[in-house]
Amino acid sequence: MRGYLARKTAIYGLTFVVAVTLNWLIPRLMPGDPVQRMVARAAVQHPETIAAMTAYYERTFGLDLPLWQQYLNYWAALFRGDLGTSVWLFPAPVSQVVLDAVPYTLGIMIPAILLSFVIGNSVGAMAARSRWLDNVALPVGYLITAMPYMWLAILLAWGLGVALGWFPVAGGYDFGMVPQWSWAFAGDLLQHWVLPFLSLFLVSLGGWAIGMRNLIIYELESDYANYLSALGAPKRLVRQYAFRNAMLPQITGLALQLGTILGGALVTEIVFAYPGLGKLVLSAIQNQDFFLLQGTLLFVVIGVLLANFVIDIVYVLVDPRTRTGLTGATA
Amino acid sequence: MFLRQTRSRGVVALAAATVAGVLLAGCSGGGGSAPTTSNPYASAEGMDSANALVAEYPREETLFTSGTQWGPPTSWNPIPSSGHATGARGLLYEPLFQFDPITLELTPWLAEGGEWTGDKTYELTLREGLTWQDGETLDADDVVFTTELGKVDAVPYSNLWTWLDKVEATSPTTVEFTFSDPRYQEWDNWLYSTMVVPEHIMGDWSDEELLSNPNEDPIGSGAFKFSAVGQDRMVWERNDDWWARGELGLEMPMKYIVDVVNTSNEVALGLMLSGGLDLSNNFLPGVNQLVDTGQVSTYYEGEPYMLAAASANLIPNQTRPPMDDVDFRQALARSIDVDKIVTNAYGGLVAKAHPSGLVPAFEEYYDEAVVAEHGFTFDAEEAKSILADAGYEDSDGDGFVETPDGEAIDLRLIVPAGWTDWMEAARVIAEDASAVGIKVTADFPDAGAVDDARATGDFDLVINGNAGVSNTPWTYYNYAFYQPIQEQMLAGNFGRYEDKEAWDLVEDLSRTESGTPEFSETLSKVQEKFMTDLPAIPLWYNGAWAQYNESQWTNWPKEGREDAYFPIMWNGYVQMGGINTLLALEPAS
Repeated sequence: MRGYLARKTAIYGLTFVVAVTLNWLIPRLMPGDPVQRMVARAAVQHPETIAAMTAYYERTFGLDLPLWQQYLNYWAALFRGDLGTSVWLFPAPVSQVVLDAVPYTLGIMIPAILLSFVIGNSVGAMAARSRWLDNVALPVGYLITAMPYMWLAILLAWGLGVALGWFPVAGGYDFGMVPQWSWAFAGDLLQHWVLPFLSLFLVSLGGWAIGMRNLIIYELESDYANYLSALGAPKRLVRQYAFRNAMLPQITGLALQLGTILGGALVTEIVFAYPGLGKLVLSAIQNQDFFLLQGTLLFVVIGVLLANFVIDIVYVLVDPRTRTGLTGATA
Repeated sequence: MFLRQTRSRGVVALAAATVAGVLLAGCSGGGGSAPTTSNPYASAEGMDSANALVAEYPREETLFTSGTQWGPPTSWNPIPSSGHATGARGLLYEPLFQFDPITLELTPWLAEGGEWTGDKTYELTLREGLTWQDGETLDADDVVFTTELGKVDAVPYSNLWTWLDKVEATSPTTVEFTFSDPRYQEWDNWLYSTMVVPEHIMGDWSDEELLSNPNEDPIGSGAFKFSAVGQDRMVWERNDDWWARGELGLEMPMKYIVDVVNTSNEVALGLMLSGGLDLSNNFLPGVNQLVDTGQVSTYYEGEPYMLAAASANLIPNQTRPPMDDVDFRQALARSIDVDKIVTNAYGGLVAKAHPSGLVPAFEEYYDEAVVAEHGFTFDAEEAKSILADAGYEDSDGDGFVETPDGEAIDLRLIVPAGWTDWMEAARVIAEDASAVGIKVTADFPDAGAVDDARATGDFDLVINGNAGVSNTPWTYYNYAFYQPIQEQMLAGNFGRYEDKEAWDLVEDLSRTESGTPEFSETLSKVQEKFMTDLPAIPLWYNGAWAQYNESQWTNWPKEGREDAYFPIMWNGYVQMGGINTLLALEPAS
């Protein structure tokens, strides 16, 4: 077990270094100069002044140094927990900008992913043994999975938001509210949360259900299931075994989904004007904000790695077969 | 002083969002665990003002605006002149003068008046009884301090000190400016575009900090003070001790202004139609249909609906043939049917530009005699004959002309991807130019790439509208002609037009006082130079986009009204009509 963990840790460590390096590199390969954009926004008419302002900002962001030095500084700052200063939202520190946005993204993504996982898998498992449910769940599942997410989201915003007026179409909470600890505010927050959540929930629900249904049918027809039935085991027991086996690939899928939580809500946040990380990523790209982009992508990288690491360990717990593999030379 | 909610906001939201999420995720129901009702700020500093905060901004006392802020507000520092929260310049900090781009008048604001007392001296008189929001007096020392900030290189108006010699407070309310080289046009511009900042606060800042301090507890002198901020909004609260209440008898009708961070067009329209926004300063394609059906209103009832804020120009790169040939530029200008752009790309939301390139605010300066002689209008036949006369011929029969040297012409017109109106306009231009035999292809790189290409001169044709409305036509011609040519052109003359005579004329213009006959004379010469040489081809006017929903607030600026101003909250426009627009509003009920 220890060898397994050490090996995994080394692999994750290496992945982390590579990912962080790419994080640093890729924004710098984009066309455009962030400082120039920033100065341009000041609408200053005099080239001498522009030159002075440009020099000042380049110094402030450390962009006047040679590339290799910028890279080393980046790592040094990272270890101090300093993600730098945002160019686009100057002078706010990136860590603060990101942390202010994270709650909104987590708030819609975690419930959406977990809930759709739980409900989707249950419905799928039930559909596998109920002809009636199968006839309903399968087409509906295919329909919502095949629907382009953008379209579904806009449809929800239009239908439930604009046409019926049940839910607000924009913002994290009502633009006329003051955040506070009160029922009214929590209710308002919840109201604004429903549509983005619902759209994400619906769109992943079908996939889980269909996947689970197919897996269960496959498992029920496998040799061990037939053998168990032949031995006279109760149907319930056979199904339980089939369900457990079918869960394994689904858990891997869940891990991948959880990893993309932080970057995954981009379209959602734009359609519903929800103030989360996805919107930040897009704006950071549009404004060549190297530092903000690095910072948000770092969160995404850490998220993916952590989720996979946790799943590696969860696998050991839920699948006894991996446990036997651990003691051997190959894992 | 004020409750700062920047950081705590996220925490509240997180707690409530996760509580909500967990409740549902667990399917436990029962409405159990709720956000704690005890106040987390109870022990925090500034609790008194926190208690005074209302739970909800009363709709009838709140104005909702949008269209200026593109990301979470993070700075309230007016010195860098960009990147601050909507209204930090104008609502919170104030300039010495206001400028009205409709009447072209400078109106004293913090200043009571100012005049040239000599060839090179300007005396400014401040109003009595000006105060900062913390009770300190705003006096001549603050004005001197603000002016001298320009001695720090990175401050946006540091250029001032190349022609200003010294500034002195001669009494608590008078300031004398002595110039080494008085540039009247630029001086007027400085007077209304610079925000007076408090010496007792910013005097403690280091030079480095002047641009990078977010100024999180801002103390201004203006009509509004900081109230709250969120990821997607900025909230201002009326300053009931505002000096202008007593001095000028001005009353702000709204207690709060909530500025909503820009969303997508669909969301902005949705908010607008549901009455969630009172003023939107976004460009909303197709808004003309909503105006025609009476759902929202704009400055003009019909076309062009919006006031003009800047001319959009087609800029030919004059370091590359054939754009370095003035005949070619003239032919190109005549090949473009701008009316088609106005109808197809904008649905009538903009107007065709005057050949002088000046916005209609400067109509009185248009020299129609020069226009009649040198100005261009759409005329495909004339474009063809100019090309033929200059030796551009289609010798290989591909339908497109070659240069007189026989080189093939294949030009790329770039506009930023995603700017749908400009993209459509670029397609029209490419089509029209091709129709007279000039091969132009529209191309849409990323906005950053367009900026790069424009600054470094790595383009054939580009569309740009950087010179906005201002106090003087000099701004536009400085933009069109700016010289010397540098490796990076950032402020103007992106096409790298080079002509000493033209630049001398522009410099003369900046040193001439408006309203004098010399001014009009020099301006006519500049216009003639502009139209004969065409360093840039003015096409249409980008609008001062503003649409109002009148269900909560009425008396919005409209054509023909006496108190009609530029209804714009963009950076730099608050003191060009924005604040007067706010002052004139009336509750609907």
